Amino acid sequence: MATVPISSAASPLPLRIEALLKRFGPVTALDSVTLHIEAGECLGLLGPNGAGKSTLIRSIVGRVLPDAGTIAVFGSGADSAGARMALGWVPQDLALYPRLSCRENLESFGRYYGLSGAALHDAVAWCLGWAALTDRATELVKNLSGGMKRRLNMAAGMIHRPKLVLMDEPTVGVDPQSRNRIFEMIEKLHGEGMSIIYTTHYMEEAERLCDRIAIVDHGRIIAMGSNEELVQRTFGSRSEVLARFQGAPELCAEWVERKGGRRVGDAAQFTIEHPTEIADLLDDSASAGLMLVDISVRRPTLESVFLQLTGRELRE
Amino acid sequence: MISIIRTSLVSLRRDRAALSLSFVLPVVFFTIFAIIFGGRRNSTPKVTVIVVDEDHSRASERLVKGLQSEQSLMVKTKQGAAQPEYTAATAEAAVKAGTAPVAIIVPHGFGANPMSLGAVSNGPAVGLLKDPSDMVAAQVATGLLQKVALTSMPDVMAELGSRYIDQYAGGFTAEQQKRIDAGLEELRRETGQRDTIAGVGRNTTGDAGLIAVQARDVVGENKDNPMVSFYAAAIGVMFLLFTASGSSGSLLDEVDSGTLDRVLSSHITMTRLLAGKLAFAMLLAFSQLVLMFLWAWAVFKLDFLPHIPGFVVMGVCTAFAVGAFGMLLASICRTRAQLGALSTLVILIMSSVGGSMFPRFLMPQAMQKAGLLTINAWAIDGFTKVFWRDEPLSHLWPQVLVLVAVGAVLFAIARRAAHRWEIV
Repeated sequence: MATVPISSAASPLPLRIEALLKRFGPVTALDSVTLHIEAGECLGLLGPNGAGKSTLIRSIVGRVLPDAGTIAVFGSGADSAGARMALGWVPQDLALYPRLSCRENLESFGRYYGLSGAALHDAVAWCLGWAALTDRATELVKNLSGGMKRRLNMAAGMIHRPKLVLMDEPTVGVDPQSRNRIFEMIEKLHGEGMSIIYTTHYMEEAERLCDRIAIVDHGRIIAMGSNEELVQRTFGSRSEVLARFQGAPELCAEWVERKGGRRVGDAAQFTIEHPTEIADLLDDSASAGLMLVDISVRRPTLESVFLQLTGRELRE
Repeated sequence: MISIIRTSLVSLRRDRAALSLSFVLPVVFFTIFAIIFGGRRNSTPKVTVIVVDEDHSRASERLVKGLQSEQSLMVKTKQGAAQPEYTAATAEAAVKAGTAPVAIIVPHGFGANPMSLGAVSNGPAVGLLKDPSDMVAAQVATGLLQKVALTSMPDVMAELGSRYIDQYAGGFTAEQQKRIDAGLEELRRETGQRDTIAGVGRNTTGDAGLIAVQARDVVGENKDNPMVSFYAAAIGVMFLLFTASGSSGSLLDEVDSGTLDRVLSSHITMTRLLAGKLAFAMLLAFSQLVLMFLWAWAVFKLDFLPHIPGFVVMGVCTAFAVGAFGMLLASICRTRAQLGALSTLVILIMSSVGGSMFPRFLMPQAMQKAGLLTINAWAIDGFTKVFWRDEPLSHLWPQVLVLVAVGAVLFAIARRAAHRWEIV
């Protein structure tokens, strides 16, 4: 595939969304969502299941009709022919024909986008190569492993060589090795200047792949920026202390609550401004009858940001 | 054991498809066949008979009146309320066209010599023009014709008897006795040879009854097996319906797998998608018909090759209608299982009422009319016109019109129903 040209400064943004609202009955799936993506940027949509990430993606590809707000893809409406050609969509489901081979699937989706002849042949060859499925081109999809199906699912979204690709949790249900391969595929696209929107509820994926991250919860974008910006904005220069204690769980829980911390699994989590605060915490825990098992200090993560902003863990 | 039964019962209760197949379909099917085969009162089908009275004598008029009073017959003497009476030619054309399976022609001179006592009859035979594809109608008409001769013309019989006595018994000379004996002997010999359906063979003179009958096939004279083309079409259409609904079910597979969303996010619109699936269903259905008729041609000597143009016209129209029918079922169902149950239910009902399992002309009138609400009936009628009646293409317009219109309407409804998948 040829390198995708990055929009010039004068070109319209790959995606601009203003005040998008979508309700399904009493449930507000998208609540005044506003965001944009720069050319060549990878924007992560990070949020738990049901946060509204998929509804947002489906709105962008024209499969969900918003109740209010606007979506512009390279300056065109989301449902316009121009937007359809510019957008590539990797749905969360394995949207493939199981009784067709890899090549036949790609050819089918290519034809749906109006490709034919040499253009279709070249696009199929590129997609097979990108997904590392060239040697499995004639294999029926139903016979592929889960990871291969995921990669083919991604390749099918790239068959018409879009300028902006929307990936809706493309690593769901795949093993770590296949996940790494998928990351490499995405990094290759990103390196070539492709604009990408990547939804996930794994912060590690967002941290690794995305230039900017929008944290989505209950249909709203509650924070947006780079990984560092989000942490800085939420925690400033504070650090995160994780400590595990031996003792009665009830006693530990009561002490953590009294000290303004949180219980994360079997550990207690605190944020501190200065390292000297650690000694105070340990003294206080000992006074409370708790025996320290281990302790660690780290820079807060996206998980911490989400927890801080929503009061819930990302995977709840 | 009880826990297994309880679990199975709960599962069955929540599976509407299985419930309908288990309990609704058998009852519906039983009801249809009970109606067809006379399970309800007064359900014996009437045989439509065209009667042409060329003689207009007292005897012929009594005969016609007698036929009209038969409850098993629906006698037609006119082409319509304000239309002229049938003639021998128009009656023959009507039988050829399938308007009625039998026509009785009472010829000029019938009244002068209506009875045929064996070989001594000198009068003209009553003509029986028949369509041999309806094997029952000609036999019923012939039997009732002889019965009516006995019950409706006693004065004619008395007049004829006195004429015979005057002719044969006046003086009873040796020569007369010899002629009577010869006549009686001949009558006995004819009676001994008579079988139960005398006079209704392919082209026979049935002069063994009270009335001499000259039976003649006016359609399919050169065809070996009148029912092959019927069943090729009848069975073919039923399986076409199953094939079309099965193939249209791919729409539901696409909904389930998410490929529908992916397809609709490309250049393909829902209308184009449905049209493409309809075209595929048509292609599949037409191929199936081709296979069916080629098999009938190769194995059962169906006269296929000369009828290819008519076959193509009817095949395409039928494939369009069944394809649209399949699209409609798929678009109103939510799951494959629902589609399977609904299509089985609807197709088996349509096929039984529409004549795919049992010829419609043998059904009660009400069922025959109900059959016209099905694709099966129109398709079978069209193929019968082509292969059995050898009718020209222009005569297929009612079937073509109905099948195309039905297909268009069903597709339009399917398109509307599929809107729910277009955008949320």
